Amino acid sequence: MSTVAELSIAAPEARKAGNWLLVATVILLCVWVLLPIYLLIVNALSSPEEVTAFPKRFFPSFDFGSLSFFINFAGVARALWNSVLVATLTMLLSIGFGAPAGYALSRFEFPGKETFRFLVLMTRAFPLPLLALPLAVMFIRTGLDDTAIGLALVHTTLALPFAVLITFSLFSGIPVELEEAAWTLGCTRLQAFRKIILPLALPGIAASAVFAFTISWNEVFAAAVLTIENRTLTAFLLQSLGESPLYLKFAGGAALVIPALIFIFAVRKYLFAMWGIANR
Amino acid sequence: MAEIAIKQVAKRFGSFTALHSIDLTIADQEFMVLLGASGCGKTTLLRIVAGLETPSQGEVWIGGRRVDHLPPRERGIAMVFQNYAVFPHLTVFENIAFGLRMKKLPQQEVEGRVNRTAELMHIEQLLKRYSGQLSGGQRQRVAVARALAMEPDVILMDEPLSNLDALLRLEMRAELKGVLAASKTTTIYVTHDQVEAMSLADRIAVMHQGHIVQAASPVEVYRNPAARFVGSFIGNPPMNFIPAAKAADGSWTVAGLTLPGPKSDKQTIEFAIRPEDVDAGTEGLHATVRVVEPLGPHTLVTCDVEGGLFRAILESNVTVAVGDHLRLLPKPDRIRWFDPETTNAL
Repeated sequence: MSTVAELSIAAPEARKAGNWLLVATVILLCVWVLLPIYLLIVNALSSPEEVTAFPKRFFPSFDFGSLSFFINFAGVARALWNSVLVATLTMLLSIGFGAPAGYALSRFEFPGKETFRFLVLMTRAFPLPLLALPLAVMFIRTGLDDTAIGLALVHTTLALPFAVLITFSLFSGIPVELEEAAWTLGCTRLQAFRKIILPLALPGIAASAVFAFTISWNEVFAAAVLTIENRTLTAFLLQSLGESPLYLKFAGGAALVIPALIFIFAVRKYLFAMWGIANR
Repeated sequence: MAEIAIKQVAKRFGSFTALHSIDLTIADQEFMVLLGASGCGKTTLLRIVAGLETPSQGEVWIGGRRVDHLPPRERGIAMVFQNYAVFPHLTVFENIAFGLRMKKLPQQEVEGRVNRTAELMHIEQLLKRYSGQLSGGQRQRVAVARALAMEPDVILMDEPLSNLDALLRLEMRAELKGVLAASKTTTIYVTHDQVEAMSLADRIAVMHQGHIVQAASPVEVYRNPAARFVGSFIGNPPMNFIPAAKAADGSWTVAGLTLPGPKSDKQTIEFAIRPEDVDAGTEGLHATVRVVEPLGPHTLVTCDVEGGLFRAILESNVTVAVGDHLRLLPKPDRIRWFDPETTNAL
């Protein structure tokens, strides 16, 4: 309280300095996030000679040489297909399990509800490398190793907590009276969900699905450990780009980052909602 | 025919008992208001009749059919919620038609009923709009129209006017009364507003701490409260209560006035009178004036009688000043007596 009072009566110069500090911090953080992405894009769209040259051009030369070389590189198409397949499976599994859990959390009182919410978050506290070895052994025994569904299961455990929490906040934002009104107007529980809750929650559920897709798309560790033949794009790039020339690394990086950025940008509103900042 | 019978219904939430064995019968086409302060169990009782809450014990009968094990959709009811619950992704037309479509009525019938009820609620020009484009009062009209379109045996209303501003509430109240009387449905209406209850009800059930204290016509509830709570809850200002001591001949002495009263073996009981049922005169209760509030048609005088507060509504031509000693004479036929232990009327 006292700090607030002091701030409000602070001398104009002090307030001005505070404003400058704020602006500087904002600029620094923006540069921190945006500069690597900018460099990535510039270099991916430059010819191989320009990538190693100095000084850099501010605008890229829009030379698609390295990108097209990368796309036609042996195995990239297959890895891309694997990534999409695993990410789609992850998305379906996360929503399939996450949305009902989020609905149950928002609508029902049951013993252990708070513990359950906490445990959902706790799953994120386990470092994946710790689990990777026993998982790999188990997957080989059950025959799940090197399959899309096996990797999707691992990615689902990563994406599920977010799916549960996003859909929980989503369903909590829909008044329960809407459902009750539907019941009194002749709906069963299932019909009320389908006709009232689902249409209202659908944009958010789609956003949550896209987020799960992105988590799988970006995941590299489990993908590298658990697949050999059927590598996803991240695992493939980790393996083959280590020895590639610089301009190919930039092209590969851009191919990975840009779709993920677009996805996250498209669903940002709902991700904010998950963390309790304004819901639309 | 849709008589509602509530038989020994109780509801417990863990160790908290929200309703203690409620018995209430509501006649066909009757307008019953459940009145009470918040937390008295009135909304819980309504939700049990609707099927949105399961009673811990007891039975609910609607139109001679036991319904307490049935889901809401099979009870022949329609409900209006406090926050309207208009579906935001459907137009007003589709909102009103929603229940009719669930019944799979032919399109022509649906259109007919929607247009008829929309006209009744004066929202026919809003049919193409969405909930977000409506004011609170318009949303409430949509909610009522949606319930009426179902042509239900029973309409349940949970504080439908409490989210509206005062002027709109007054207008909607009169309109609701007319519309519901014409629709010939049985109505249960929950409110905490006593004026709303008095103006709408055929019968008022006054609830307190999970019990129905009194269920009677508005005038009866006002004139002859069955318990001290009813007298102190209904009426603005509420009833006055003064301790009465037993006199030698079996009559009672109240603030210097001796009155004939009920037979009781207790030494003190409570005398009660409504503020408007006393006249200032040369004899009566000894009162010292504390506050004088001229309100136009009458003057509200707050006095000190036997160390307690006593409010009297006097003619506005009576001139009184703070500190005056008054004698207030109660109208004999309006005097009520209460047992101080059971708080019931004697």
